[in-house]
Amino acid sequence: MPKMNLSHFEAALLFALFTSIVLGVVTKKTDHDRLRYGLRSFAYFMAALFGLAWLMHFGHG
Amino acid sequence: MATKAITTKQPLPPIKLWAPAVGVAWLIPGGGHFMLKRTGRGGLIFVSVTAMFLLGLMMRGAMFQPQTGDILTTLIYCGGFIGDLSSGLLYLLTTWLGYAQPDVAGHVHDYGTKFLVGAGLLNILGMVDAFEIATGKKS
Repeated sequence: MPKMNLSHFEAALLFALFTSIVLGVVTKKTDHDRLRYGLRSFAYFMAALFGLAWLMHFGHG
Repeated sequence: MATKAITTKQPLPPIKLWAPAVGVAWLIPGGGHFMLKRTGRGGLIFVSVTAMFLLGLMMRGAMFQPQTGDILTTLIYCGGFIGDLSSGLLYLLTTWLGYAQPDVAGHVHDYGTKFLVGAGLLNILGMVDAFEIATGKKS
């Protein structure tokens, strides 16, 4: 089994991507709504990721 | 005056209707959807759950073993074990073929452990979706 080293950002990005896909698939009733929900969910993940990163950056001074 | 909503409990649909789809959905991520002829959605679930699980394995994430003790230990280890087990055949093959890693210190291993549990939790969502499709609550 090959070994993989991901940075925190890469791991969070992949986690957000796969989770958004599944959330989009299982949540809504039409393909259009699923796509929109998946994209919105991914955008929220990214906003939280960057928001918390900047918060920690300024928090550490 | 507060009004109380009256809710009637729906009876559970016959087990024969949904158990095969939910069982297959547990064993093979997205398998329940394939069985119910939702191949596109099944494919997306399969790719997402499998990729997340394999990434977790390649990051040398650890599999949880159920442990009891104080409430936090029980929650983390039993919850983590349920999460791992929910990946179905991926989890079973990993443990049978000896790819389960011991828990070691390091941030990448820690991400891997979370990816393994996360894959199982996403598969639970897929199983619930398969249940709803099989019982006609969803198309």
